[in-house]
Amino acid sequence: MSEILATLTGVSKSYRKGKETVEVLHNLDLEIPSGDFIAIMGPSGSGKTTLLNLLGGLDKPTSGTVRVGDAEISSMSNNKLSHWRSANIGFIFQFYNLLPVLTAQKNVELPLLLTSLGGKERTNRAQIALDVVGLGERARHYPRELSGGQEQRVAIARAIVSDPALLLCDEPTGDLDRETADEILKLLQILNREHGKTIVMVTHDARAAGYANRSMICDKGSLEHREAT
Amino acid sequence: MKYVGFVWKNVWRKKIRTSLTILSVLVAFLLFALLSAIGYAFKSGADAADAERLVVIDKVSLINPLPIAYRDRIATTEGVRSVTYASWFGGYYQDPRVQFPQFPVDPYEYFSMYPEFEIPRERLDAWANNRQGAVLGRELAEQFGIEVGDRMPIQATIWTKADGGRTWEFDIEGIFENEDPRSSSAFLLFQYDYFDEARAFGKGTVGWYVLRVAPGSDPVQVGNAIDAQFANSPNETETSTEAAFAQSFAKQLGNIALIVTLILGAVFFTLLLVSGNTMSQSVRERINELAVLKTLGFSDGAMLGIVLAESITIMLIGGLLGLGIGWIVVQGAAQAMGACLPGIFLSPQAMGTALVIMLGAGIVAGIFPAVKAMRLSIVDALARA
Ligand SMILES: Nc1ncnc2c1ncn2[C@@H]1O[C@H](COP(=O)(O)OP(=O)(O)OP(=O)(O)O)[C@@H](O)[C@H]1O
Ligand SMILES: [Mg+2]
Repeated sequence: MSEILATLTGVSKSYRKGKETVEVLHNLDLEIPSGDFIAIMGPSGSGKTTLLNLLGGLDKPTSGTVRVGDAEISSMSNNKLSHWRSANIGFIFQFYNLLPVLTAQKNVELPLLLTSLGGKERTNRAQIALDVVGLGERARHYPRELSGGQEQRVAIARAIVSDPALLLCDEPTGDLDRETADEILKLLQILNREHGKTIVMVTHDARAAGYANRSMICDKGSLEHREAT
Repeated sequence: MKYVGFVWKNVWRKKIRTSLTILSVLVAFLLFALLSAIGYAFKSGADAADAERLVVIDKVSLINPLPIAYRDRIATTEGVRSVTYASWFGGYYQDPRVQFPQFPVDPYEYFSMYPEFEIPRERLDAWANNRQGAVLGRELAEQFGIEVGDRMPIQATIWTKADGGRTWEFDIEGIFENEDPRSSSAFLLFQYDYFDEARAFGKGTVGWYVLRVAPGSDPVQVGNAIDAQFANSPNETETSTEAAFAQSFAKQLGNIALIVTLILGAVFFTLLLVSGNTMSQSVRERINELAVLKTLGFSDGAMLGIVLAESITIMLIGGLLGLGIGWIVVQGAAQAMGACLPGIFLSPQAMGTALVIMLGAGIVAGIFPAVKAMRLSIVDALARA
C-alpha cells in the first residue's frame, strides 16, 4: 500500500439555514493514497463540493480532522491556511475562473506571486506549465480569446505551476463538449501518471469518472466506494 | 512591486469608468493647485513683510497721492529711523497684456530701505548718476532678455509726459536680485526726480511712504503718531505695518477665498463619493475573481492591499496629472500676472499636502470595498458563481 496523502477522520460538516441545521457530511472517514486519481460522483447537493472545500482548506469541518501531507489543516488559522493552499493545492473549477484582465501567461503566474521567486523565474515556470498543458503558443492570449477547452487548460496550468501534490477538480469538464472533455481528462490522467499528482475529481459524468483509478459515490452525507470501471 | 502590473490591469478593467473617475480627480487637484498657488501669493506677501517697516498711504484710498512735503515731517517724527517713498507707474513694455510694476523711487534710499534686494554697489551708483536710468529685477531681465546697457521704452497708461508723449525711455543700469523666494523681484525701478519733472500732472506728490522704525520703538505707536500729525489736513494718512498693508490687498479677496475653499471642500467630498463608488462597483462585479485569488492563497492582507492599491493608483494618476497641469498653469500665470499677484507659486509644501490628500483619499475611497474583499468568504462566493 502506498503512502497516504490525505486523511479525513470523523469529519462532519453542517450548515445553519435560519434556525435549522443541515448536516451535509456525516462522520466521514477517508484515506487518499499519494498518487491516486479518485472520481467522486453523486446527486446534486450531496456534499461533493463541500468535501473538496474541506480537503483544500477552503472550509473547516464542524467536527473531525482533515490532514493533508503532514499538516492538520482543520485546525490551522486562516492566514496559515492561505499560505498552505498556495504551496500544496491546485484547484480546477467548472467555469475555469481565469482572470479576464490577465493573459494566459499572467494567469498561470498568479500563484507564483506568493512565492519568493523573481520575475524571470516566474515567467519561466509559467511557460513550462503552459507547455505541459499544450498551450505554450497561447501564452499571450487573453481568456476571451481562448476556447472553453483552452481556458480549462490554462486553469490546469495555473493549478500545477507551484507544483502542489494534490489537485482538486470540481466538475472540470462540466462545461465542455464530449471531445474537449476527453482531452482535458487525458491531460489529468497524464498529470496523475507521469507527474505523480494526486487528483480528486468531482464529476456527474460516468464516462469522465472512467478516467480515474477509482470512483466513489457521495450520498446522504457519506461516501461509498465503487468498483473501478 | 511584483503586484504593480496586476494592480494596473485591474485599474483599467473598465476603461471609460476609470477615465471618468480619473478626470474628476484631476479636476479636483487642478483646482487645489491653483487655489494654493493664489493663497501662497497672498500669504507670502505678509510673510516676507518686514515688521519694522511701515507703509503710509492716504486714508481715503491707496490711489490718492500724498504730498512730497510729508517726507520731512515723517522723517522727524519720533521713532522713525529712515523714510522713503514710491509711486505706482502702471506702464507696460511692448505688450500691454504683460503687466509688471514700475516704481519711481529714490535710488539710495530705496535700496537701503529694502536690504533684501541686492544690487552691486557700482550699478547702484551708475543708476543714481543717470537721471533716465532704471534697474530691473532679475526675473524680468531674464523674461525680456534685457541686459545692462540696453534701452527699455515703457508705455505709460497713466502718466503722460509734459510734452504729451506716452513713451518713457530708460537706460537699464543694473539688475537686482531677491534671494527671498517668497517675494518677487519682478519690477522696474526708476528715478523719482526724472518722473516728477517729466510728468504732465501730479507734480510734487508720491504714491506712498515707506519708513523704518528705530530699534526699540513700537511700530504701532510710531504709526499712530504719524497719522495724528496729518489729522484734519487735506491728506489724512493711514499708517500700517507692511504685513498689514500686504494683507489689505488680500482682504478684498478674502471672502472669495473662503467661497473657493468651500467649493474645494465640496469638490473633494464629491470626489470621494465618485471614486468610492467606482471602487465598490469594481469589487462587486468581480467577487468571483477575488474569491479565486483567495483560493489560490492570497492572504486577507494581500486582498486588502490589492484593492487599496487600485484606489490609490486612481487617485495618484488623476492627482498627479491635475497637479502637473496646475503647475504649468501657475508658471504661466506667474509670467502673465506677476504684477497683480507677485509670488504666485505652487510651493513644495502645497504639493506635499496634495500628495498626502491623494493617498488619504485613495484609502478612504477604497477602504470599504477593500475590507469587503478581505472578508470575502471563498466558499460562499464560489458557490454563488
Ligand atoms: N455556505 C453554505 N451555506 C449553507 N448551506 C450550504 C453552503 N454550502 C453548501 N451548502 C449546502 O450543502 C449541501 C451540499 O452542497 P455542495 O455544494 O457540497 O453540493 P454538491 O454535491 O457539490 O452539489 P452539486 O453537484 O450541485 O455541485 C447543499 O444542500 C447546499 O445547499
Ligand atoms: Mg458542487
